[in-house]
Amino acid sequence: MIGAHIFFFIFIMWILIIAGGGILVLLVAPITISGFGELDSFISSSIKAIIAIALIVAWIIILSKIKNRMFLKRITS
Amino acid sequence: MQDHILIAALVSVIAFFSVYIITPYLIRFLEKRNLTVKDFHRKGGATVPRLGGVSILIGIISSELVLFVFFPITEIIVILITTSLAFLVGLVDEVTGLKKFIWFKPLALAGAAIPILLLGTFDSNLVFPLFGSIKIPLLYLAVVVFIIPITGNTVNSIDVLNGAASGFMTIASFALATSLFILGNYEIAIACLPLGFVSLAFYKYHKFPSRIFPGNSGALALGGMYGVIAIVGQVEIIAAIALFPAIINIFYLLSRMKRIKDREKKSKPVTITDDFKLAATNYKDAPITLVRLILARGPLSEKQVVSIIFKLALFAAALAIITTFMMGVRL
Repeated sequence: MIGAHIFFFIFIMWILIIAGGGILVLLVAPITISGFGELDSFISSSIKAIIAIALIVAWIIILSKIKNRMFLKRITS
Repeated sequence: MQDHILIAALVSVIAFFSVYIITPYLIRFLEKRNLTVKDFHRKGGATVPRLGGVSILIGIISSELVLFVFFPITEIIVILITTSLAFLVGLVDEVTGLKKFIWFKPLALAGAAIPILLLGTFDSNLVFPLFGSIKIPLLYLAVVVFIIPITGNTVNSIDVLNGAASGFMTIASFALATSLFILGNYEIAIACLPLGFVSLAFYKYHKFPSRIFPGNSGALALGGMYGVIAIVGQVEIIAAIALFPAIINIFYLLSRMKRIKDREKKSKPVTITDDFKLAATNYKDAPITLVRLILARGPLSEKQVVSIIFKLALFAAALAIITTFMMGVRL
């Protein structure tokens, strides 16, 4: 089937986005910072935002690497 | 519920037929004024009118205004303003020299998201399937500003073949509308229907051999509207999943942003064979776009490539709807 590898790639994208959601909800969301007074919620929000952005960047890098490897394998075979 | 069905049918009919009827007149108008571009993928290099976004916008505005009469909610106003602004960004990009400034489109599209923030039609809870939601008040403001440029440019990036963007958006929009219906968000689901029907009507003229191109104005209007519906309908993750095949191109756009200075040196990802088939190039520095990935095994006709894009869009739409059902499940 033409393009079967892309269906597989999209499936990986789907798994990674669900797993990423799990990491955000289960591990990142409960993070709380204390000891900074009124800035507590701002600092913990900022930390969560930075982790979330890092996860998105990681998602893009992982998928780019898989995509490039998949393409090079196809074109050289 | 019966009222909702009647209103949904009415706005769908208005959206479909306004584009279906206006587009032939628009084609003649644009041809007379020589507002055409060459279709390099076609034998003989036919010239095709651009700026098809005009009929797309008319279809969206007419149907959403009628919907507003029945449901006078702020969300519909936001959909109208943001979509119109995204259309204007595409129009300015198309007819002026601003195309040279690579940051113009993303920044101007980010500006198109401002009405969403000003009118407060968003919820900073990001809902994920299986695991629940996360409240991200700070980050969500950035998400709102980023979503419109991402969806706009994603749809624009897939508008490289006859019928690809309009056909793809038909499938993605109906998947999004179905998800909104399943989640019980009926008013936004009905507001999403015109996006699907406008795309479907435009596809009739955009499919191979194209009689008109949507241009940047049309692609950004479709992408912008898709993005704003994702935000006001609180279905950001589902909307992203339905766009997956086109998001593959966004990886390429991001890498292009990274190498703005030497983008001219980049090689073409796809070439045309003597028998007018599309073929992936072997250049190492050429971007790996969705079309190049599809052509990795060998040359195909434009129609065959578009057909594969539609199958991928249907697969992503199915995953989006599965994800919608997973929203109600908690691990």
